[in-house]
Amino acid sequence: MKILVCISHVPDTTSKINFTEDHTKFDTNGVQFVINPYDEFGLTRAMWFKEKQGASVDVVNVGGPETEPTLRKALAIGADAAIRVNTVATDAFSVAKQLANVVNNGGYDLVIAGRESIDYNGGMVPGMLAGLTNANFVNSCIGLEIDGTKATAVREIDGGKETISASLPLVIGGQKGLVEESDLRIPNMRGIMMARKKPLTVVEPIEASVETQSVSFEKPEPKGSVTLVSPDNLDELINLLHNEAKVI
Amino acid sequence: MGITKNKEYIMSVLVYTESEQGHYKKAALEVASYAKAVADQLGTTVTAVSINVANTSTLGNYGVDKVLNISNTQLEKFSASTYANVIKQAAENESAKVIIVSSSADSKYLAPLLAVELNAGYASNVVAVPSNTSPFTVKRPAFTNKAFENIQINTEVKIIGVSNNAYGLVENSSSASAEDFAPTILESSINVESVDKATDKVTIADAEIVVSGGRGLKGPENWGMIEELAEVLGAATACSKPVSDLGWRPHAEHVGQTGKPVASNLYIAIGISGAIQHLAGINASKVKVVINTDPEAPFFKAADYGVVGDAFQVVPELIEKLKAFKSQQ
Ligand SMILES: Cc1cc2nc3c(=O)[nH]c(=O)nc-3n(C[C@H](O)[C@H](O)[C@H](O)COP(=O)(O)OP(=O)(O)OC[C@H]3O[C@@H](n4cnc5c(N)ncnc54)[C@H](O)[C@@H]3O)c2cc1C
Repeated sequence: MKILVCISHVPDTTSKINFTEDHTKFDTNGVQFVINPYDEFGLTRAMWFKEKQGASVDVVNVGGPETEPTLRKALAIGADAAIRVNTVATDAFSVAKQLANVVNNGGYDLVIAGRESIDYNGGMVPGMLAGLTNANFVNSCIGLEIDGTKATAVREIDGGKETISASLPLVIGGQKGLVEESDLRIPNMRGIMMARKKPLTVVEPIEASVETQSVSFEKPEPKGSVTLVSPDNLDELINLLHNEAKVI
Repeated sequence: MGITKNKEYIMSVLVYTESEQGHYKKAALEVASYAKAVADQLGTTVTAVSINVANTSTLGNYGVDKVLNISNTQLEKFSASTYANVIKQAAENESAKVIIVSSSADSKYLAPLLAVELNAGYASNVVAVPSNTSPFTVKRPAFTNKAFENIQINTEVKIIGVSNNAYGLVENSSSASAEDFAPTILESSINVESVDKATDKVTIADAEIVVSGGRGLKGPENWGMIEELAEVLGAATACSKPVSDLGWRPHAEHVGQTGKPVASNLYIAIGISGAIQHLAGINASKVKVVINTDPEAPFFKAADYGVVGDAFQVVPELIEKLKAFKSQQ
């Protein structure tokens, strides 16, 4: 089984978010980048497929050279090879088209992506990739088993979950549940040393139109200060929620 | 920015109005309301795609002019690819250029597939009506609610996913005419084997009020009062990440940057410190209340109302007072 894990290179969750160039560009100054948390669950699941079922695991990112440390980290965690599509990731559709090209050339049976990336929160790359490559698709995937060419996946739905069966090739948008938080792997010294020798192939992008375009960013309005209510006067809290905020 | 009436858009705005067991979901009425606002901007009408709902007249109260009424037993089980293809046929039938969907789990599942089928630009989690229709520009959160992004959709066909509770329900009386529509049904290559769903509980996605508990509650045995408070308010229950990681509560309740997003009208945080990753995921909620023993907890900076106090005293008392308040309503 050939697995491809899509790795998004995103600001660490503690990052302060600022913009430059008249609110049109994300200011990466001083920002620490990490593997997108949703992708990390998928990568660990892929490592289990490798260890228990002999799968091969490649990782891919669409982005400039600055994303390579993130791909190296995925190699240190245990992926066999990395691919970087050398273009700026501008919109989800164009990223999905670049990934589709990698998938078609590589003949992958299973593509594991994260449900969404925590930078643009689009939640659309996995579905678009499935659509473009004619693969089956399971979104918000919280459990996955593969037996031969048959997949059994659990999808989180509003208020519960459903169990799905589908044949490969399959694309999933994954999240916690694929593996647990405590299963996530931190690269060790040996992994880091080995990662240096593993292949990281840079491929040039295909021509792909851009369907959406970020024009500007805004920061949320600064919040007014909190109204404190004494624990001895909870009637006042109810009064405020009812008459002032009008939410109960 | 000016609103232009553009010839290109004379075709109606198409909205997918999701249903469950023959009834429209609240999100369906919200996206219909939103579609009406967009149609007004463009000087056109609203057509809804409705699947297996016998009485479609409700949609007229939310501004829908025409309903493409699909009734087909093959569509009883949701399949993202089959449904996306059905909506595509509806869009082509109407020559629709703007398609509106919700942010439910099912709509988020099918929308990217629909985008590929129609070669459409898709903007998800949109929080307001377009600020401009030419170029078509919408606002959506980015960096998990730490900012907003204005994005322009450049394709001829555009898909907008509306964030839950962002626009609200807006009554707009028109009499929706229903027209039977019989699309070709693609057989799904995905099989839903079983569905496991609590039908008696409000989901975080649909909830107007969310009651959320953190590590300050000490252990799973103390959640009775959280559930009771939620019940009194008709709210969904949620929790912070460590609470689900510790197995005190199911994963499905984990909210925040790496959990479910919350965009409720009221979010009540009990024994939650307000870490940046937690706040990012719940910040879209309109009104936030914090109950915490520590006045220095960062949540107080994000909240509208706060009680510095012990949850084990405050919550039971709040439940009693709310019961009294509700009984007077
Ligand atoms: C990559 C990453 C992603 C993350 N994603 C998320 C996420 O999606 N969601 C999330 O929630 N967290 C997330 N976190 C974790 C986050 O940083 C915090 O650790 C977490 O939110 C803290 O949870 P808490 O507020 O329940 O617990 P604590 O921080 O331990 O806070 C407990 C609070 O309870 C109060 N308290 C104690 N006793 C009482 C009492 N009797 N009555 C009232 N109050 C009391 C305390 O004063 C304290 O403020 C993430 C972290 C990382 C690194």
